[in-house]
Amino acid sequence: MDNPLTHAADFFGDDHSESTKLMSRSLGSRILTALCIALSFAALIPLASILYLVVKNGLPQLDWEIFTQLPPAAGMTGGGLGNAVIGTLVMVGLGLALSAPPGILAAIYICEYEPNGRIAAATRFTAKLLTGIPSIICGVFAFAAVVLATGKFSALAGGVALAVLMLPTILLTSEQALLGVQRAYREASYGLGATRFQTIGRIVLPEAMPAIMTGVMLAVARAAGETAPLVFTALFSQFWMSSLMEPTASLSVLIYNFSTMPFEHQVKMAWTASLVLVFLVTATNITAQLVFSKKH
Amino acid sequence: MSETTTAASRPVAAAPSPAADAPPRRLIISVRNFNFFYGNKQALQEINLDIPEKQVTAFIGPSGCGKTTLLRNFNRMNELIDGVRHTGDITLAGRSLWDPSLEVIALRRLVGMVFQKSNPFAKSIYENVVYSLRIAGVRDRTVLEETVERSLRGAALWDEVKDRLHESALGLSGGQMQRLCIARAIANRPKVLLMDEPCSALDPIATARVEQLISELKKDYTIVIVTHNMQQATRCSDHTGFFYLGQLVEFAETSKIFTRPSEKRTLDYVTGRFG
Repeated sequence: MDNPLTHAADFFGDDHSESTKLMSRSLGSRILTALCIALSFAALIPLASILYLVVKNGLPQLDWEIFTQLPPAAGMTGGGLGNAVIGTLVMVGLGLALSAPPGILAAIYICEYEPNGRIAAATRFTAKLLTGIPSIICGVFAFAAVVLATGKFSALAGGVALAVLMLPTILLTSEQALLGVQRAYREASYGLGATRFQTIGRIVLPEAMPAIMTGVMLAVARAAGETAPLVFTALFSQFWMSSLMEPTASLSVLIYNFSTMPFEHQVKMAWTASLVLVFLVTATNITAQLVFSKKH
Repeated sequence: MSETTTAASRPVAAAPSPAADAPPRRLIISVRNFNFFYGNKQALQEINLDIPEKQVTAFIGPSGCGKTTLLRNFNRMNELIDGVRHTGDITLAGRSLWDPSLEVIALRRLVGMVFQKSNPFAKSIYENVVYSLRIAGVRDRTVLEETVERSLRGAALWDEVKDRLHESALGLSGGQMQRLCIARAIANRPKVLLMDEPCSALDPIATARVEQLISELKKDYTIVIVTHNMQQATRCSDHTGFFYLGQLVEFAETSKIFTRPSEKRTLDYVTGRFG
């Protein structure tokens, strides 16, 4: 080619068959991209419609009294969900306190101390098995272990049931979080003369913390919405709670009770309780993300 | 080795650079009949080697030849891997690395390490440097601050970072990160500094800085460096060991290894005929 500007056609092989192939390839790629976008929106539809329904039906009754009053008796109007909000917070908090420390510590053991040992393999296997267990079984377990032993339905029994439910999720997500910490960080720490304890406490755990907290929040979100483990452990109560050893109200059981009642007001309260529950879970989630997100 | 039986003294600054005919130096690390295994795979065979104090010793050889394995034995880092074992012995200033009275923690404080890929912690520059002091329980602010300045100056990084010591170390450039790792390694004044291909991820300018740093650091520290780059070995080391297939083929002064090696395999490697 004498003129350097004219050989582009040669260079790119601009004959028709080639460019048609390229066209169809980029067309296929575009169709797939469009399909991905469309399906992403489709996946959002159920989520968005649930949120829409909960807000639409729950918001009109939402006022301050909802948080300060006790639930109305069957057929009565007025009242609130105050004791159920407190009961849910207490029992989820109790479940968290009972499951997070052993869950995270067990994850540290099976990840940092003896990853190939028998105890680690057995723990991992048991945890995976437990994640698949229906939540009602956790309730039955807590019923047998706590309710029968103490002779009464209680917030403690509810907390234990939720803890059993949360433990495997926390353990397995924490293990993944720890495995995600680069080996180079551990080597650097050991290379500077750190003990295993120091390496875990100062380097590995802080690095894994955001991911561990994500797992914990997943567990909390799931536990907060569970009804089955609470119906025959904490039962329900029309009154403010005064100790951990008495039947206790919760939002999920309140929703379950009220939504099946033939009274319009109670059904509306169930919607409001759903809205409060969704709000509580979202708020804890966002707070945890903010507090534990990496500061760097 | 009888020369190594006296305990190593605290490094004193600015020993005069060794002339070619300087008196023989003390040996700080001695490797004797050392064999090393990963499970059933033998990675090192009958290694015998003496590393002189306050000099730079380079290990060269093709990938998988065992040079990094040997380096990682000097501070027992290999023991983080399951199923490793060794026979023979390595001594540091006359004392076996596996002497039950020498804790591995104490050993790693004496024998610092800089890794192939720079690995600063996700902490501030300051906290990275003082990490080894923090884990040793040092809380005195003046000691910590003095250490930060001394170490960063020692690693030729002070002027670049002195105004942002409390910013994240992850915001540094690749070359700065590697010099930060060197500063972190010299913060608790080790006797020996192990460097595992410290420049393999750096551009030529950053490499030149680190190499210049190595020649300054040998006034105070004994340095053992693993490198794939033979020019680097000639530029900054005093002694060179050539490893091949788990054996130490030849160990001599760097100039001898690269100009008139005794072994044909060494000659073939350093002239680029294989590897």
